[in-house]
Amino acid sequence: MSTATASATGAVHVMNKRALTLYGLGAAVGLVLFGFLSPGGTASFRLSSSGDAIQLPLLTVPVAAAGWIIAVLLIAGAAYAFWSEKSARRLAGWVPAVFALLFVIGILIWLVGSSRASAISLLSLLTGSLALALPMVYGSLGGVLAERSGVVNIAIEGQLLLGAFAAALGGSLSGSVVGAMVSAAIGGVAVSSLLTLFAVKYRVNQIIVGVVLNVFVSGLTGFLFGTLFSNNSGLNSPPRLPSVAIPGLSEIPILGPLLFDQTALGYLMFVAVGVLWFGLYKTRWGLRVRAVGEHPKAADTVGINVNRTRVLNVLLGGAVAGLGGSFYTLVSVSQFSRDMTAGTGFIALAALIFGRWNPIGAFFASLLFGFATNLQYVLSQAGTDVPSQFLAMLPYVITIFAVAGLVGASRAPAASGQPYVKG
Amino acid sequence: MSPETPSFIDRLRASGAVVSVLAIVAAFIVGGILIAATDEKTTSATTYFFARPLDTLAAAWNAAANSYAAMFRGAVFNYDASTFTAMIKPLTETLTYATPLLTASLGVAVAFRAGLFNIGAQGQLILGAMFATWIGFTLDLAWPVHLLLVILGSILGGALWGGLVGWIKARTGAHEVILTIMLNYVALNLLAYLLNTPVLQRPGSTNPVSPQVNGSAMYPELLGDEFRLHLGFLVAVAATALVWWLMNRSTLGFEIKAVGSNRHAARTAGINTFKVTVLAMVIAGALAGMAGAAQVNGTERFLTESVAASIGFDAITVALLGRSNPIGVFFAALLFGAFRAGGVTMQVATGTPIDIVLVVQSLIVLFIAAPPLVRSIFGLGQRKKRKPRTPGRDAAVAATAGGDK
Repeated sequence: MSTATASATGAVHVMNKRALTLYGLGAAVGLVLFGFLSPGGTASFRLSSSGDAIQLPLLTVPVAAAGWIIAVLLIAGAAYAFWSEKSARRLAGWVPAVFALLFVIGILIWLVGSSRASAISLLSLLTGSLALALPMVYGSLGGVLAERSGVVNIAIEGQLLLGAFAAALGGSLSGSVVGAMVSAAIGGVAVSSLLTLFAVKYRVNQIIVGVVLNVFVSGLTGFLFGTLFSNNSGLNSPPRLPSVAIPGLSEIPILGPLLFDQTALGYLMFVAVGVLWFGLYKTRWGLRVRAVGEHPKAADTVGINVNRTRVLNVLLGGAVAGLGGSFYTLVSVSQFSRDMTAGTGFIALAALIFGRWNPIGAFFASLLFGFATNLQYVLSQAGTDVPSQFLAMLPYVITIFAVAGLVGASRAPAASGQPYVKG
Repeated sequence: MSPETPSFIDRLRASGAVVSVLAIVAAFIVGGILIAATDEKTTSATTYFFARPLDTLAAAWNAAANSYAAMFRGAVFNYDASTFTAMIKPLTETLTYATPLLTASLGVAVAFRAGLFNIGAQGQLILGAMFATWIGFTLDLAWPVHLLLVILGSILGGALWGGLVGWIKARTGAHEVILTIMLNYVALNLLAYLLNTPVLQRPGSTNPVSPQVNGSAMYPELLGDEFRLHLGFLVAVAATALVWWLMNRSTLGFEIKAVGSNRHAARTAGINTFKVTVLAMVIAGALAGMAGAAQVNGTERFLTESVAASIGFDAITVALLGRSNPIGVFFAALLFGAFRAGGVTMQVATGTPIDIVLVVQSLIVLFIAAPPLVRSIFGLGQRKKRKPRTPGRDAAVAATAGGDK
């Protein structure tokens, strides 16, 4: 991920003070919260559900001891970051990832230790996170495609919502899940074509178009929901997308049910992340797209059609995001309802920035947001003294810290948001 | 038409006002088509369209006309009502809905002028409303003093939330769009939390509802008990005048506009861009916070999680429609207030979902942002091609959403 960023920006990754502050802060919070303020006792995690072929024992962790170990590791990580800054070494890409993972594990153990439940099912925590992250991943991939070519896509929310709506309508009309998914993609493309019409052809400020398109889609789908769908409920009863377990692989404890018992949308998500990463960084097409996003004039000079590249990318991004929207009406709920995406598109936007405009980064950032959101649900069921609203706040606060600190090391495609006028 | 002196028609074509009016007309036409297309009578008439095509057209026209007539009755003047009070009540409802929208939109507009895209009016409004509510029910003071404190509190709450964005933006260069979106969610969760703790929860209640604010903390009604219109409207009008003065007559306003049009040039000219960025967001937040007081201490009387409704998001559209010009924003807020008031009546009277209002509103802004599209829809033809200037100017107007000043 970091090598990709370096090659994308063409600059050597230089640690900045804000990132160091973040390491320091993480270590300090770890020491105080996990160490000194440890609730003590034990935290138990169920690793397998009752129906599994292979039963794993309950994983029980002494909270205080685990907290201290993690705190020490975090301090070591922060010290390593400071040391590499001091000796002007380049910090390996895995350091921030491991640091963040340790921090998340620490928080998890701390929260479970302070909750009243005897054990938390790790599997349902993880599968729930993946399910919540899925539309976010699609949305942020759609955003990556648009922004890499230099068009800011605030309309992800609208693309998801129209995708969800179109999947319900197309699925009900055609009676097939394929029809539903194709309609969802077309729905996303429809939003994208409006975005390109105004942003590329009429050169209206892209952020403004995006914001207004979100309002437009919300109004349009809400209106059609209140008229078309309420008059004929048959139009709002799409087929469900079934989960397909891969024989053998799905029997692996934890990983099996998590990764190999998915719907088609779930499998497609992993494929899409990989294909987009490969496409953007390893193919001629990707090089051209990034050139258009970074320096459209240079791209134009060597014969790349800037505006056509942008239009195609935004349309493709719309298809990806729209497809993600179909998750709402085909998997999570079986019918469309007003504003059912509930702001996921905006979080996807944050995820793509958090993930540094990189498909893989956006994927992991979405997972983090999905995890934080699901943690709140799981813990409020388990009964914890930490108010659920603060857990709900967590992903947003993390994002604020991230855009204020970590992303300082990275940057948006240079021409993002600027219309290109030839001449 | 001689090419040297542009004729009246030419000047009319080039004028922004005409484009604005046509944009509104076009948006209403599209909305009308949507209403007609989903109307049951229309769809049943289309089954024999080829036998009697006029039936379909008549049904379509009726559907759209009835909805829009109901909207007019709800927003401007109810010609069906029996008493004079009931007749003019819609207009006062429009002004009541416009009150919080006006100040919130002014906030978005000021930020626009500084080149900042403030999507956070929602969160700033929530913070303002929390402060206003808390001061409103805990303190026990005489009327004008108490209300004044409430207003100051709402300004402080919003200014804190807006200023935080400005500070992080100026300090680290983080994108304000992301910051404000995230802070909206943080504010919403903070509100939900405080409404479930003794700080803001009504004693003895298990619902997330605050106590009623004291009478001395309320904006008095302007036209008696029959109408909801309250003093907050006049305060909002005063705020509009103040923002006009700020943007057009004060040094700070000049600096805000300078930073908004070119940050680097402004810095080179010796303007403290750090200070201007923070102050612009503080002012933006303060204005949005005032909208919170207008909601709680003007109409609602107590605080709930849905205090902000969609005001903060509507404010963005209003600021765009008003081209971030205080006077333009004033009229745009009235228009959107009318949409809201009329939409409610329309939904009750004809069953047309209020969501159509969102469609029309967003189309208006889209059309206004792309004058060439509106001109081609109405066959007005393109303006003479002056390539280097025309697109650049339109883009710049849309980008900073500033007026022509």
